[in-house]
Amino acid sequence: MSQESIGNTVGASNNVNRNATNINLQDVIREMDRLLQQRLRPMEERIEQLEEISLEGQLSQRRHNSECEEEYDGEIDDEQAYEQATRQGLRQQEPRHQRARPRYKLPVLSGFLNSTQTPMKKQKQDNPFNLVAEEIIFIILDLLNRNSLAIKSFSLVCKSFYAVESKHRCSLKPLRQERLPALLSRYPNITHLDLTLCSRVSDASLSLVSHSCASSLRSIDFSRTPLFSTYGLLRLALNCKNIVEIDLSNATELKDSALAAVAEAKNLEKLSLARCKSITDMGVGCVAVGCRKLRFICLKWCFGVGDLGIGLLAVKCKHLCFLDLSYLPITNKCLSSISKLQHLEELILEGCFGIEDDSLAVLKHGCNSLKSLDVSTCQNISHNGLPSLINGALGLRQLTLAHGSPVTSSLADCLRKHSMLQSVKLDGCFVTDDGLKTIGNWCASLRELSLSKCLGVTDEGLSSVVTKHRDLRKLDITCCRKITDASIASITNSCKSLTSLRVESCTLVTREAFVLIGQRCHLLEELDLTDNEVDDKGLKYISRCSELSSLKLGICLNITDEGLIHIGKGCSKLVELDLYRSEEITDSAILAIAQGCPGLEMINMAYCKYITDRSLLSLSKCPQLKTLESRGCSLITSLGLKAVAVGCKELTKLDIKKCHNIDDAGMLPLARFSQNLRQINLSHSSVTDIGLLSLSSISCLQNMTILHLKGLTPAGLAAVLLACGGLKKVKLQATFRWLLPLRLVQYLESRGCMFQWKDKVLQEKLDPKCWKLQLEDLMP
Amino acid sequence: MDLKDKVPQHPSFTQHQQKWEDPSILDYSTRIGSPFLAFNQSHTSMLSDNRIKAPVQDGVVNQLVQASKVQDWDPSAMLDNLSFLEQKIHQLQDLVHLIIGRKGQVLGRPDELVVQQQQLVTADLTSIIVQLISTAGSLLPSGKHTLPAATPSLEQSGQFGGVVFPSAQGPLNDGFQPQNAGGSKVSGLPNSVDISRKNGNEQNHIIEEHELKDEEDVEEGESLIPGTYEILQLEKEEILAPHTHFCTICGKGFKRDANLRMHMRGHGDEYKTPGALAKPNKESGSEPTIIKRYSCPYTGCKRNKDHKKFQPLKTILCVKNHYKRTHCDKSYICSRCNTKKFSVIADLKTHEKHCGKDKWLCSCGTTFSRKDKLFGHIALFQGHTPAIPLEEAKAPAGPSDQGDGNQSTNKVGSMNFNFSSNVSSESEVQSSTDIKGSIDDPAGYFSPLSFDTCNFGGFHEFPRPPFDDSESSLAFLLSGSCNYPQKSED
Repeated sequence: MSQESIGNTVGASNNVNRNATNINLQDVIREMDRLLQQRLRPMEERIEQLEEISLEGQLSQRRHNSECEEEYDGEIDDEQAYEQATRQGLRQQEPRHQRARPRYKLPVLSGFLNSTQTPMKKQKQDNPFNLVAEEIIFIILDLLNRNSLAIKSFSLVCKSFYAVESKHRCSLKPLRQERLPALLSRYPNITHLDLTLCSRVSDASLSLVSHSCASSLRSIDFSRTPLFSTYGLLRLALNCKNIVEIDLSNATELKDSALAAVAEAKNLEKLSLARCKSITDMGVGCVAVGCRKLRFICLKWCFGVGDLGIGLLAVKCKHLCFLDLSYLPITNKCLSSISKLQHLEELILEGCFGIEDDSLAVLKHGCNSLKSLDVSTCQNISHNGLPSLINGALGLRQLTLAHGSPVTSSLADCLRKHSMLQSVKLDGCFVTDDGLKTIGNWCASLRELSLSKCLGVTDEGLSSVVTKHRDLRKLDITCCRKITDASIASITNSCKSLTSLRVESCTLVTREAFVLIGQRCHLLEELDLTDNEVDDKGLKYISRCSELSSLKLGICLNITDEGLIHIGKGCSKLVELDLYRSEEITDSAILAIAQGCPGLEMINMAYCKYITDRSLLSLSKCPQLKTLESRGCSLITSLGLKAVAVGCKELTKLDIKKCHNIDDAGMLPLARFSQNLRQINLSHSSVTDIGLLSLSSISCLQNMTILHLKGLTPAGLAAVLLACGGLKKVKLQATFRWLLPLRLVQYLESRGCMFQWKDKVLQEKLDPKCWKLQLEDLMP
Repeated sequence: MDLKDKVPQHPSFTQHQQKWEDPSILDYSTRIGSPFLAFNQSHTSMLSDNRIKAPVQDGVVNQLVQASKVQDWDPSAMLDNLSFLEQKIHQLQDLVHLIIGRKGQVLGRPDELVVQQQQLVTADLTSIIVQLISTAGSLLPSGKHTLPAATPSLEQSGQFGGVVFPSAQGPLNDGFQPQNAGGSKVSGLPNSVDISRKNGNEQNHIIEEHELKDEEDVEEGESLIPGTYEILQLEKEEILAPHTHFCTICGKGFKRDANLRMHMRGHGDEYKTPGALAKPNKESGSEPTIIKRYSCPYTGCKRNKDHKKFQPLKTILCVKNHYKRTHCDKSYICSRCNTKKFSVIADLKTHEKHCGKDKWLCSCGTTFSRKDKLFGHIALFQGHTPAIPLEEAKAPAGPSDQGDGNQSTNKVGSMNFNFSSNVSSESEVQSSTDIKGSIDDPAGYFSPLSFDTCNFGGFHEFPRPPFDDSESSLAFLLSGSCNYPQKSED
């Protein structure tokens, strides 16, 4: 954990204790950090010894209590889920200043230091950590946040640690709603509750939540859990007075009455209603009137909401700073009230076909606060209307004009005054050279430029931009099919500080050009070379980019093991590697990668036909591996899968479609060891009912694709579906639809499981070359 | 509606015929002349001594009007007026005696004759009382004369019709015109002026909001330059009279002149001539006419000609509808919803066509037929929120939604109750603070209890935009069930 984030935490707690303490917490934290690095592990061991001496009775009893063990198993799931949430950065947003912390005293710290260094037996108490203020342990736990297993083992050390950990945790991401009562009684200080993994959330659960976290809960996430009703929401909104964030995305059945319930949450600041297709202006009106403090609202794909609702929202919620109105049937009428919002920073109008040039004149004098504007796919906005839209917002940092009108010099001219503009995205537009030149001339502080799938981008135009903007950090020239080596040369020449470069499908660029990338842009963290001519020599130079974390080499038919061995040696920070259909790759390449990149989290080896179990064996040494795609690697067997299952405990996503040699023998170790597995694709493999049934022991399993399994019988399938309680989405062959009892399907659907019935006929294997040619035909 | 058709052509009324043919006054004088007709006619048939007096009275009144036009307040004219009143009161006494006497005599006679005679007497009585009232009104000292171009004939006919045209312009004739007209308030002038003014202003806001309905009737009139048209003002009684055309023989009243003519045929063959049945003054339409606009007699009303932003009413029908809608009780209650009240029966009928179809509901209980009107209403007022219809709320699941819906219906009920009750100004202040308090308390705000305090006084709390901009979003205030005039009388 970085010093900076520690500082933040301390800042938060400092606010609480400002008058209570004069100690420089910053120093303390640094000390703690140092201690942690050196001593945490031995400390834990020592504590375990200690507990054997002093607490053997209770603890061993607890250990041997099978009920308890079961409970712990459940918590492991939650830990993992929680960890996942942390990785997504969800948790970083919420300050933990809500918790009342004990007063902090320096002597306690010294006591703590002494206690870790001196023998424990001098203390009369059972546990020396009773002397340590919770504050300090909280800080330690903050530092441990990234490592969920560490926190898990911490809480299992002893009763007091268990209690401390319970008090410390403020974010929860349960897998099943059945566990909610136990979890909520264990963790009283939950501020963020993420229910996205629950296949269903009943009203009873919601009212339980509203009672047990009445004052602490600040944020709740229901996206992807549609099964709850107005009643639960109302209880939540009425009981949890401090709730500031509700995510109701994808609740397609949600009605206006539910929003009327949400409107009772008077302190709400953030509300996401993306894809709530059934809500209308009335519901949004309720929210607008009820939640006056609203700052962030997403109404993407709420097709029932129109001008009236948005207009009222803009009139009533004066503090709005984020407004996502994508694909709404709004017209000019609500724009004037939107333009009067004083704090609006981000406005997304993607796909609003009702907005026309004439109306944008309204915005000429408004929206001074606007920092980010997205008018992608607004077909009725042309270069005539855009200037009035853009000129009103002089503080604009980010502008997205994707799939819009042609970018000509006249359009680009209106960016003249925007010296603050940092990011311009023109994906899918027709871009003229003049337009690019003008952008190059005007946008002084450009950091990010996206020209993905832009027609008309030539060497000349691109060079004129990149030579003016040497500080460019991110550049996306995906599918700019006219550019050649000259562009790559000018990009690499001027933009040496690029961190992200996407050059997917630039077919005219020759293999020599990729050498330049490796030679000049050493700061690259993300590089996308999918469908290019890059070869081993290019990869050899690219391996100099030691910061590289994401590398995509899909459909690069020229690369072999040799190049990847270089990558494995050079790019030790690699997290993501895509080798989709790079057919020359064999086991030795994977071995080099697995050895060189211990932090690997995602690897795609789909259709690399020479891959065997040896690759999987080497990958089993990557403990962080979360996603493994080996679709169509017909040589791998259950043996290799077993190695991965044992080695990669974090595995959450597995795709072994068309791996014909994988059978039930591979499923058993998976069921035993991969307790974090959430998504699996077993189509066209040799797995039968028995293998599938064993998977039911994975409580996280939510998403299953089981098409074209020869050994699958309707009865077996029914048993599998019943046994896997957490399933949310199952892809099945359409023939099973009529073979399964209707009531079973209904029962499963009421449990929150969604079925997708596929009746695609088995396709012949595609020749990659022919596949590639087809792609080119599509995109001239 | 062509008012010219309604000028009655009566042989016994030749002296006025000449003047009435003047197109400039036809519209107005016909209507207001009718009661006088009835009066005159009844005199000819019933009281022979009065027949002689009638022209004299005309002359007196004429002089009187002239005098009051020249001078603001002439004591001699007042004396004349008083003596005229005395005369009239004597006539009234005679009539009443006659009635009493009849009742004694009539016992043994056939019923038809009795009924006929009684009708005649009642018609007489009516006309005399009307004259009394109008003359008494003219006793009030008049300040201004905003009717510069009024022709003598107009004044005359106006006078006969029981309408005191010029003298009605006085500062006193504000909101309390009806009571004052009796002449009881001649003394103690300054005080009553102040008070009534205040009240008038206070009510102005609300009155003008409702005005918007009538604006639709007078689109063209709005662009007229002041001074280029003639302003006429009818009296309250005139406006509210259920019938404007009376049978000179039996006294039966009619709303339309044509109906009266049809009725007259029953009284004898002389009414069946083509001349008597024809639409009167058809040919006069070809002559150039002075544009006439109407003023509302209610002082402080935007439609009153003394108002700063005076907007004239286009036709007499407009005057009638305006006056009823704005300054009268709403006595017609919708039988379907038992909520909406109207003072114009046509409005009720229009409403009944749509009643029940108003699906856009606000938490305050107001319903709207259009969604944009609801949202305009919500945007304007704090604390109001769209109410989700009950059916929809019921649909997804169970008990909560029902509760939700019940809540909203409760709101409606309590609101209605409050709207119909009137409050004194003191309690208004209190109630407005109550509303503030209940907004602060989010839980209790929507409970029916807290809404009890939300009466109309509370609405002064809300920001009120200039009326010209407000469109019809404010119209709900009066289109509902409140009774402002009643309140002012309290």
